[in-house]
Amino acid sequence: MSRTPLPYNRKILELFRNPKNLGKMEDATVTAVAGNPSCGDMIIFYLKINDEEVIEKASFESYGCAANIATSSIVTEMIKGMNIKDAWKTSWKSVVEAVGGLPSVKFHCGILAVGALKRAIRIYYEKREVSPGWLPKELTFEEKQALEEEELAKILSNRMKDEGEK
Amino acid sequence: MIENIRELLKAHEGLRREVYLDIENSSIIPKEVVDTMLPYFNQHAYGNPTLTHKPGWEAYEAIMKASQEIAMFSGCKTLEEVNFTPGETEANNLALMGTAFSMTGEGKKIVISEIEPLSVLHVANLLQKHGFTVVKVPVNEEGLINLEKLRETVDKETILVSLSTVNHEIGTIEPVKEALEIVKDKNPKTIFHTDASDAYGKTAFNMKDLNVDLATISSYKILGPRGTAALCVKEGVTIKRIIEGQIGTQKLWPGIENTPLIVGFAKASELAFHNFEENVNHMRRLRDKLIDGVTAKISDVKLNGPENDRRAPDNVNISFLKCEGEALTIELSLNGVYVSSGSACTRRLLQPSHVLVAIGRKFALAHGSILMKVTRYHTEEDVDYVLEVILKAVGRIRGIVGSVEVDSHV
Ligand code: FES
Repeated sequence: MSRTPLPYNRKILELFRNPKNLGKMEDATVTAVAGNPSCGDMIIFYLKINDEEVIEKASFESYGCAANIATSSIVTEMIKGMNIKDAWKTSWKSVVEAVGGLPSVKFHCGILAVGALKRAIRIYYEKREVSPGWLPKELTFEEKQALEEEELAKILSNRMKDEGEK
Repeated sequence: MIENIRELLKAHEGLRREVYLDIENSSIIPKEVVDTMLPYFNQHAYGNPTLTHKPGWEAYEAIMKASQEIAMFSGCKTLEEVNFTPGETEANNLALMGTAFSMTGEGKKIVISEIEPLSVLHVANLLQKHGFTVVKVPVNEEGLINLEKLRETVDKETILVSLSTVNHEIGTIEPVKEALEIVKDKNPKTIFHTDASDAYGKTAFNMKDLNVDLATISSYKILGPRGTAALCVKEGVTIKRIIEGQIGTQKLWPGIENTPLIVGFAKASELAFHNFEENVNHMRRLRDKLIDGVTAKISDVKLNGPENDRRAPDNVNISFLKCEGEALTIELSLNGVYVSSGSACTRRLLQPSHVLVAIGRKFALAHGSILMKVTRYHTEEDVDYVLEVILKAVGRIRGIVGSVEVDSHV
């Protein structure tokens, strides 16, 4: 049934086999979800942020492919110990680079991971009702893509429902 | 890229056992078949079968003998009914386009089921772009075609109906005989094609009994070499060639015949039909052991397609909820179990298998589906190993999914 050859590299394979920072975080300061819960390709990000606005801990859970698992894992590694402002600068490109490259059909999986991170940061400030000057009002590329993917998934699942009812 | 592949392969070193179950996508060829083919590459019959020299005549003899054997096993009346093509994809293309090209003036309607393989579905879509009307008849949740809808759909305009004998993904044995009667009753001129690739050598499929106009039979699906298949064309039915060139022994497919592969196809047929009952019972036993083992040991799973005698003897297709299929295929591979998945993540267009969608599987179930086919060469120990590996792999992938809410109803 599967048709796309996916030459995942060593780093992705390693992160897939032994994902770092995997699992639910009970004492998370903030939790964010990206992807569509009804349609798969979904991730949850957990961040523990201290009073100095430093990310002490980050973890994830993923209902997605190996690329999604690997990129989510690497994002949590990259931002651990960073202050929020620096973590915000993480781009999907830097994530793809950090995992040593991704097949292009799998870019969206890495974008979703960064989308989840940025969402988590926004939620953090929303909860505190502050908005730092460096935080853009407009959604970043990754957040927009995550939204788009969620919409697409909804359309797909609705279409499947329609077809199922025929 | 090639470096990555090498790393991936290295990650598989030291496997305790390897079990290949991806017969849907390619097969492992038994030694007997390989040994039969080998002399035809360089010792014997390497000539062009239409030319006037010894190696050519040898090739002619070999191809005719293979045609004769395959005609016998598939129930064709004469060897002329067997038309070799370079594969199942090509045979299905030939069946659909060849019919469309030859039935000019008879109508423009083509009817297929919703769950046909892509080599039927995509060709139908292509013909639609060229002025034909294509109707896809729905199936029920076991994949059985809706015969009433078929009856309503076929009319005087219908030139072709294509319905697989056995569905390639979920193993549904379709009521082809009833479908054929309905079609011919509505319009005796309609050409009836069946892709019998998953039926030939595994079920009671037989051209004579079934009396269809066209049937595709495949070599690799009965563990013969890839690169060859045949379109059986019933005596009296004419269709057009869809590619042109130098015509050889095969009237519907120009170009130089691939004698070793054709010989291999015949040998694979012989092996599939030798002890046929025993082979089929063996496959059925392993199939059920696999299905029962998975459903007994793992929660939240669902079998796709029908059960028991209504299912192909080799087909196992199971959905694991809360488990993404591509990740699962990789995890299984790293443990020596080779399968494929209908997950959207495995597809270029990121849409799940159209077959699973057509039988009403919700996204979350299509997402975690795994397709496996057993052969007469697999053993009880293979299945025990596969069950052990699947149990662990599903456990690990579900651990990564963790608390992500997966809704099976949408
Ligand atoms: S999560 Fe579906 S393709 Fe990566």
